[in-house]
Order: sequence, then C-alpha cells, then structure tokens
Amino acid sequence: MSNALLEVRNLSVDFHTARGTVHAVKNVSWSVNRGETLAILGESGSGKSVSASAVMNILDMPPAHIVGGEIFYDGQDLLKVSYETHRALNGKKIAMIFQDPLSHLNPVYTVGWQIVEMMTAHGRPADMARARALELIKRVGIADAEAALHKYPHQFSGGQRQRLMIAMALMLKPDILIADEPTTALDVTIQADVLALLKELQAETGMGLVLITHDLGVVAEIADRVVVMSKGEIVEAGTPRDIYHNAQHPYTRQLIGAAPGKGTIKLLDADAPLLLETRKLCKTYGEFTALKDVSLSLHRGQSLAVVGESGSGKSTLARSILRLEAADSGEALWKGRNLLTMNARDLLGMRREIQMVFQDPTQSLNPRMSVYQLISEGWDIHRLMPDKAKRQARVAELLEQVGLAPEYAARYPHQFSGGQRQRIAIARALALEPELIICDEAVSALDVSIQAQVIALLDDLRARLGISFLFIAHDLGVVRDFADTVVVMKAGEIVERGPTAQIFDAPRHPYTQRLLAANLDPDPDMQAQRRLAGAPA
Amino acid sequence: MTKLISQRVIASLLSLLGLLILVFFLSRLTGDPAVLFLPIDATEEMKTQFRALHGLDLPILEQFGRYVWDFVHLDFGESLRKARPAIDVVLEAYAWTLPLAGITMGLVVVAAIVLGSLAAFNVGGFFDRLVSIVSLIGASAPDFWIAIVAIVVFAINLSWLPTSGVGTPWHWVLPIAVLFIRPFGLIVQVVRGSMLTALSAQYVKTARAKGVKNLPIIFVHTLRNAMLPVITVIGDQAAAMLNGAVIVETIFGFPGIGKLMIDSILQRDFNVVLAAIMVTALAIFIMNILIDLAYGLLDPRIRN
Repeated sequence: MSNALLEVRNLSVDFHTARGTVHAVKNVSWSVNRGETLAILGESGSGKSVSASAVMNILDMPPAHIVGGEIFYDGQDLLKVSYETHRALNGKKIAMIFQDPLSHLNPVYTVGWQIVEMMTAHGRPADMARARALELIKRVGIADAEAALHKYPHQFSGGQRQRLMIAMALMLKPDILIADEPTTALDVTIQADVLALLKELQAETGMGLVLITHDLGVVAEIADRVVVMSKGEIVEAGTPRDIYHNAQHPYTRQLIGAAPGKGTIKLLDADAPLLLETRKLCKTYGEFTALKDVSLSLHRGQSLAVVGESGSGKSTLARSILRLEAADSGEALWKGRNLLTMNARDLLGMRREIQMVFQDPTQSLNPRMSVYQLISEGWDIHRLMPDKAKRQARVAELLEQVGLAPEYAARYPHQFSGGQRQRIAIARALALEPELIICDEAVSALDVSIQAQVIALLDDLRARLGISFLFIAHDLGVVRDFADTVVVMKAGEIVERGPTAQIFDAPRHPYTQRLLAANLDPDPDMQAQRRLAGAPA
Repeated sequence: MTKLISQRVIASLLSLLGLLILVFFLSRLTGDPAVLFLPIDATEEMKTQFRALHGLDLPILEQFGRYVWDFVHLDFGESLRKARPAIDVVLEAYAWTLPLAGITMGLVVVAAIVLGSLAAFNVGGFFDRLVSIVSLIGASAPDFWIAIVAIVVFAINLSWLPTSGVGTPWHWVLPIAVLFIRPFGLIVQVVRGSMLTALSAQYVKTARAKGVKNLPIIFVHTLRNAMLPVITVIGDQAAAMLNGAVIVETIFGFPGIGKLMIDSILQRDFNVVLAAIMVTALAIFIMNILIDLAYGLLDPRIRN
C-alpha cells in the first residue's frame, strides 16, 4: 500500500494498427506525491505521453487498448470507475496542459469563455468562475486580464497562450497537474519563464506535477524525480542527479551523451576565401520588420550559425539569400556577384551551388516520390548526369554517405523515421555538389540522439568535402557543437557576432546574455549553480 | 470583416453586370425577337410595328442602355401572356418559392447537423451506419421518381395528402418532404465528414481533460469549428432551391419560380424569363453575402 497521490501500476497499453499490434507501454509504473515534481523523460515514440493520457482517459480507443494495470487516485482505480466519475475528476482534481497551446485551445471561442468553462463544466456558477479566471490570468502574468478574457487564442503569443492554459488548468485548484511537453514549442527565454511560473504555482498550491519531456535540461531545472522511458518501458528511475551522473541503463547513458553543448568549440579558419556576403539586407512585411540592415560574411569551409528566437528574422534571412523571398533592399554577394539582381539563368546555376535543408523533412520531401526520384530530381533540373546507370550508382553512394543503405533508393519517405528522412534531405542537397548548405532549423525536430548523429554527419561533410554551412538554429547547445562563428539576431537585427567561443564564454550584448542564461544545462548541479547565479527572472 | 463584405458586394455587383450583358446579347443572338414573338403568319408591317413598339429598331447600344436603365428600375416590361408587368408575375411566384425553400432548408440544416454530428461521434457504430445508408440513398435517388412514388403512396393509395396544388398546409407536406431528401443526404455526409476531422482536433482533447460532458463537446466545441465547410454546401444547395425546384414544383403544380420559368419558356414569354433570371441572380448574390457573414460570425480568425 502506498500513500502516493497518484499512482500508475503496471500499466500496459497496446495500439492496434493496420500493421499489427504495437505495445505502446509495457508494465509502466510511476507515482507522484503532493508538492512533488515527477518528470517522464523519453524521445518520440517512447510512449512517455501514453500513461498520462490514460490517467486523463483521453487515449483514442481504438486504436489504443488498455491491456492491464491500475491507476490509483484517492483510493479508486481510475481504469475501473464509470465514464461519468472519471469525467468529474478531470480538470477538477487532475488537470492537464499540452505542448502546443494554439492547437489545444479552441480557435473559435474566446480565451475567457474557455477558462470559465473549466468551472462551469463542473457545476460552478459563471460569475464566480469569471472572478477566479480574472484572478488567475493576472497571476500567470498576463497584463490586461479583463481584455484578455475577450480575446481569441490566435491573438496571443505562444508563451502567453501557455500561461493561459496554465491559468485554465488551475481554475479548480487540482491536486495534480500533468504537463505534456509544456515548453517544447516555446523560445528558450519564454521556456525559462514558464518553468519558473510552474514551480511558483506548485509551491503555492502544493499540487503534484507530472512533467513529460524529452529535454534533459528541463528535467535538471524542475524535477524532483525522473523516470526514463524507452520503447514503451521504464528503463531507469531516480533523482535527476543520480540519473545524470550514475546512469545504469545504456539507453540513458546514450541519451545523456547525446545532449548537445558539451563538445569542444571549433575555431575559424580566417584565411579561407570569401564565399557569401550580405550587405544591409532589409525586408518588411507590412508593419513588421523581418530584416533590418543585416550584413554578414561567410568563408569557404566555415559554419556560421544564426541564432535567435522565433520572429527574429533568421529564416527570412536564409530565404532572402536564396531568393525564395524578395528582399526590399541591400545586397547578397555570392562569390562577388549580387544574387538579388541576378537573371533567371544565372540564378538557376547559383541554386545548384547553394542548397537548403529545411526543418521538417516530412513536409519538405514529396511523399509521392521515391528516394531515388527525390535525390536525382536536381540532376533533371540542372541537366546533369544523363546516364541512368551512373545516376543509380551515385544515388547509392550518396545514401551511403549519409549513413543509409543503398537499397533504400526505391522506398518512399513515409517508410522512414524522422532522422532518416532528414538524412535523405541532406543526400538530396549533396547530390548537386553544393558549396554552401543552408540548414534552417534542420535538426530542431529531431530527437537528441538522432540530432547528435545528424550534426556529426554534417560536420564530417564539412571536413571531407569542404562544404560551408549557414546554420540557422534556436538551440544553443547544438550551435556550440557545430558552428565556428555565431551571429545573434533579435527583431530583424544582428545584435552580436563573433567566434563561437567568445559568444558562449563572454557574451557582450544583454540579449545574448539572457539567451545563454535561459538555456538549460542537462547537468542538474550545473543548472542549480546557474539558477543561483541569478539567471532568468 | 466590413472590408471583406464590401469586397464581396462589389464583386457581386460586377458579376450581376456581367450577367446583364450576357443575357441581353444572348437573347439577341437567338434571332429577331419580332420573328420569335409574333405568330408565323405575321405580316412585315406587324413586325415593323412590333419593333418600333419595343425599341428594337434602335441602335444596339442604345437598346442596351435602355435595358440597363429599365433593369435598375426593376422594369422588365409586360408579360406577354398575362398582360401584367413581368416583375409582378415573378415576385408573385417568389412569394411561393421563398417559404418553400426556407422551410425545407431550415429542416434540412437542423436534421443534417444533429444526425451528422451524432453519427460522427459514434463513428462505425450502428447509428452511424444507419445515417450513412439513409443519406446515401437520399443523395442519389432522383427527385422526380421520389415525387411520383410519394404521390402514388401518400396521395392516391393512402389518400392522406392532396396530390397537387396549393391552398391548405397539407398541400405543402409532399413538396417539402421530396425537396428535403437530396440536400439532406448531401449535407449530412458533409457534416459527418467535417465533424470527424474536428473531433480529432487537439482542442477536443483539452475539453475532455477539462471534464466537459460529451454533448457540449460535440455541439459547442466541435460543431462550430466543423461548420465552415458545411456552410459552403448549405449555400450551394439553398441556391439551387432559390433557382426554383423546377421538377418538384411542376409535378406538384406548385406555383413557384421554377414552374413559372418553365411555363414562360414554353410560352415564349421572354420578359418574364428575363425578370426571373435577374431576380434569381439577385437572390443568390444576397445569399452568398449572408454566407460570408456567417463565416465571419463562426470563425473569429476570418473577421480581421
């Protein structure tokens, strides 16, 4: 008999799919006490959200099917109670917030209506609910609470939306809050604020917090205990310190080893010839300034990282250089020739020399084309390699170069995992033997272990083939591992630039300092020190 | 939103002008109106007189000018068969068609939304299958056949309802019932499909995690999101009804715009045909603007 507030015991859930039964979670047990924070750590597909969804009775059944186990709350097994009993507990005793507050808030109702509904759905009067909503909206740090009540979700920023979700979840003072990747979609500085808010609110209310995450940094920052999940099973459990320093299971060790930001910092080869230079690039969308006087230079073999939060203009910069977007003014010189005024024929040639790898390979690879077609399409466009046998040999070679089997050429994108797809996207870029590859958040959507592999691959290509990289990212750990030079952007402007070591060890601009301070360290002790050192408020 | 609506109004007026031009020149292309209107054995003198009377001897642009001027004043000339202003004849028929279309569409929308939503919520269940089968039959059965079968069964064999004509509320039952079936079958399928998509949205998970009951999840959280594609189809079907349910009105002897149009074409009462086309077009434009307004009302993201 345990006295935990909420306890999941030996839970097993299967997913019945067209391809057969998948054991989503197997014999998973965890518990959370009052005032405690439990982190469930795992990569995509590890089943880390499944048990929490079972607690909330929001698993889609079918395809999900609970095979066995118990979920104890307040002396009763939630898997055995009636639908109505479970519904009455949801929101009132156990509340949940989600990764993407924009899609998890109803787009056609005001935020106020949705927050108030949390109480009216449980039979509380509307005027009381409204008063409580106002109080909580203020508490989570939204300036004009009265006005916020009447606005719609799309009228808020991502961070504000997550704060409103938290306000909604706390309306009925639940005993337990389950947070499923609550900060993954947010910028680092906002992430730090939201985590701090969750901690404060937990201290105020004494609720138990279950935090589902893939991010070791988040675990280090907030968790009291952590369970590590892999392939539907809990492979390790303990305090964040134990896990970080004394991981027993090979998977946990691999996960910790893959955490970015611990490698040696690269140095810039200053003598390499100049390849790309932008001069005072400007771009506005209506009232919004996306780029303001952006000037930078990139040498052969260099990897230049552009970092900044969402809306800082870093993607617009990449798109303007490739003329996927027309800059308003300024110059972009490719080996001394202005890309922005180039005619269509020269532009086509330039497009061969500069290739791009996008954030989401699921969307950037045409699902109706085979891997062979995807990789060889560039040769059709640029009328290269007419010989079919040579093409096939080269595609096989490229696939091997990115660590995939040559037989994969006949397959289609949906048959691959996210990391494999990004490798295909890289092979596609390499097919045209580019001199520069622009990576727009190319590893952001990948799990850390895959991320580390892709970064290693890119680094290897740079060393062996002398390819330069313009590397757009928001994850500072990845940037530290990969780039030799860093440019920091904020609101369309470059606020700081310099060698990677200088930016990370001695940032000068307050914004860079804030960004670095908000970046969470996967080592709980390091993170505790940083917190004490007076990091983000 | 005001901007969107005013853009739509301007676009509608432009298309109305286009229709005006098209109708004018097409009606002139079908041949000399004097020959078409007058009996075959009419003398040349009669034809000249006819042309002078209707301004058909004027230059074509001047004729067009007069035609537009008359249209702006809703003057389509006299009905040749009824010796009354054509517009009066048309509006009179509309006074029958509008309630018929309005009542039918009202019933269709309510029934399709309720049944389609519940079917989507119980996807794969008995109720869902029943609704799917019934709606498929409804959407595919030809209405003239249903009308005739309905008359044979309910009017002749059972003698519950009158066969045709108007006069008592009972006369409305069969036309409404027959008109109901096809749009109901179509819209219920669209509602079901749209609700299925909306029910798998993430905000439904949030609502369930909040402990919201099933009925408000279906009819408050999901339905409003699912309505956008549905409204497009509702508008389409309503427009078809405003055009006059030609077959149903003819079979049931219902004096609406559809029957009037068919009769006028057969009787070569061109002024009435023209008036009917333009008034119908106007009604459809107004309805499209109402649909745009409904979009804005349902989805705040469209408003700005």
